[in-house]
Amino acid sequence: MTLSEEVAEESAGEAAPPPPPSRGRMVARRFLSSWQGRAGALVLALVFLLAFAGPLVSPWSATAKDFTSFLAPPSAAHWFGTLRTGADVFAVTLSGLRRSLAVGLLAAVVCTALAALAGAFAGYFLGWTDRVITWVTDLLLVLPAFLVLAVLSPLAGPGRWPLFVLLLALLLWMVTAKMARAMTISLRQREFVRAARYLGVPPVRIVLSHILPNLSSLLVVDATLNVSAAILTETSLSYFGFGIQPPDVSLGTLIADGSRTAVYAPWTFWFAAGLLVVTVLAVNLVGDALRDAFDPASRTTGKRR
Amino acid sequence: MAGFLARRLIGSVALVAVAASLAYLLAAAALDPRAAYAGRTPPPPAAVVDAQLTALNLNDRTPLAERYLTWAGGVLRGDFGRSVTGAPVGDDLKRRAGVTLRLVLLGLVCGSALGVMAGALAAARQYGWFDRLSTAVAFLLLAVPVVVLANVLILAGTWANDHLFGARVLLVAGEATAGLEAGFWETLLDRARHLVLPTVTLTLGLAAVFSRYQRNAMLDVLGADYLRTAMAKGLTRRRALIRHGLRTALIPVATYFAFVFGALLTGAAFTEKIFGWHGLGERLISSILTDDVNTVAAIACLAAVAVLVASLAAAVLQALLDPRVRAG
Repeated sequence: MTLSEEVAEESAGEAAPPPPPSRGRMVARRFLSSWQGRAGALVLALVFLLAFAGPLVSPWSATAKDFTSFLAPPSAAHWFGTLRTGADVFAVTLSGLRRSLAVGLLAAVVCTALAALAGAFAGYFLGWTDRVITWVTDLLLVLPAFLVLAVLSPLAGPGRWPLFVLLLALLLWMVTAKMARAMTISLRQREFVRAARYLGVPPVRIVLSHILPNLSSLLVVDATLNVSAAILTETSLSYFGFGIQPPDVSLGTLIADGSRTAVYAPWTFWFAAGLLVVTVLAVNLVGDALRDAFDPASRTTGKRR
Repeated sequence: MAGFLARRLIGSVALVAVAASLAYLLAAAALDPRAAYAGRTPPPPAAVVDAQLTALNLNDRTPLAERYLTWAGGVLRGDFGRSVTGAPVGDDLKRRAGVTLRLVLLGLVCGSALGVMAGALAAARQYGWFDRLSTAVAFLLLAVPVVVLANVLILAGTWANDHLFGARVLLVAGEATAGLEAGFWETLLDRARHLVLPTVTLTLGLAAVFSRYQRNAMLDVLGADYLRTAMAKGLTRRRALIRHGLRTALIPVATYFAFVFGALLTGAAFTEKIFGWHGLGERLISSILTDDVNTVAAIACLAAVAVLVASLAAAVLQALLDPRVRAG
């Protein structure tokens, strides 16, 4: 049972007959009633559709080379033009988009889960657990994440991009963990947590089944914003050759290659860059609308990167 | 206050020491300076390579613990070791720190000033046209990674040179024209022409973040009782907002300012690299690519110090600006 459910039931007790709308439905309704939510969700759906259904309508595959046209501008045969190697920009960009989306989503899920566990355990047990976890968090905040990722990037060589996702997640969880910890500290004084404690529920189960569900609104919002953070970090790292390694492509590697030919062949740069910006923008809008939907009192927008 | 600062300082120093050691160990374990010798023709004798690497404390056949102790001993004496080319790391970084500082300071001042103004104006007329516009622009900018923004600005700069100015006014590579022999003013002008685009890159990204912060801080303040009191005592809304609202709303932003400054020392790496500025960030990227263990460790050390000094400065700044924090 989450906090707002409690509140909803309490307030519903007075007006009685029609059962209170479920929390999920309430959040969904608030989410869809804001234009940010609608626009973000729509654009994101379109981006996913493009990334995964686009290859079905494209005559070229991401690895195919057209040896009759090198660096050709967009045409009927090549909708987004071709690269210097003769690869079709449309097919390659979609392949990169799929990889960037996968990296962003996976990294966000792993990093939010990690943050939730670390924050909840630190906040609930306090004492030494808290000291150690807080210290590790601070340490990772002090070490430049870019440096660690770049130094360790040779480990995640060609074809081993899941390892890169894991590294990315390991360096993005700290801020969310700090917030989860602060929320847990106030939660552990709540009646239902104390009741569970006095009833003899083991501490680990209290954290998993009473604390974590009550952090869910924070976690959902942060997971969304972490998707965009992960995509942006991946792009920057891949741009300098520290991220996704060839033959894999991501939007970052495409933008890096494209920026070299952008002056005389703009199509090699703008499609990848544009798709990236649109994707991140949509994810941010969704995250923002979600935050407002979960907590209408907060109205704060774009506070974190 | 003093006891609080002292405790924090001790904790910070320990954190820097561990962070720098971790960075060194990571770099020493993962990077391979020997690889640079393998590709040479004719291949140098193994003994020569070994001797050369040992002299630089980079030999991977020496146990890692031993290399670490040599390095840590040097750092305690203020010696960061030598780069793969044999030049002292400290001297190189000192020169580069100046370059980075010039870029970062200007970008940060412009970015925060622009962001604070935009945020305050947006909050003063919430949901007005300026609020909507600045929100939209900020959202767009937050979605554009530096690598894209910098490249777009380079394209825009070259386009403007060709079509607007008809001459190369905005320069996109390096911090100064190499071998320029000119008087003081010409040198200054040359530097300024190089400075424009990287500064704009940093400014835009920072302004977007700062405007969001300032807008939120300002909105929190707008409903406060003391602002209503000030207006009840006869101040105009504009005066009350500027004298009482803006000042209070600046506190969290000032804290954030100190924090960003520390992070930007290496955070400007992408901007520096793309615009060819020979600063700390650029060196960080190139040192990883050239397996330069000592330089990587030294920059990590610097970055850790910068972040912690910045957060310490943020705490002090907050205490100075906000009497409630000081009392607590």
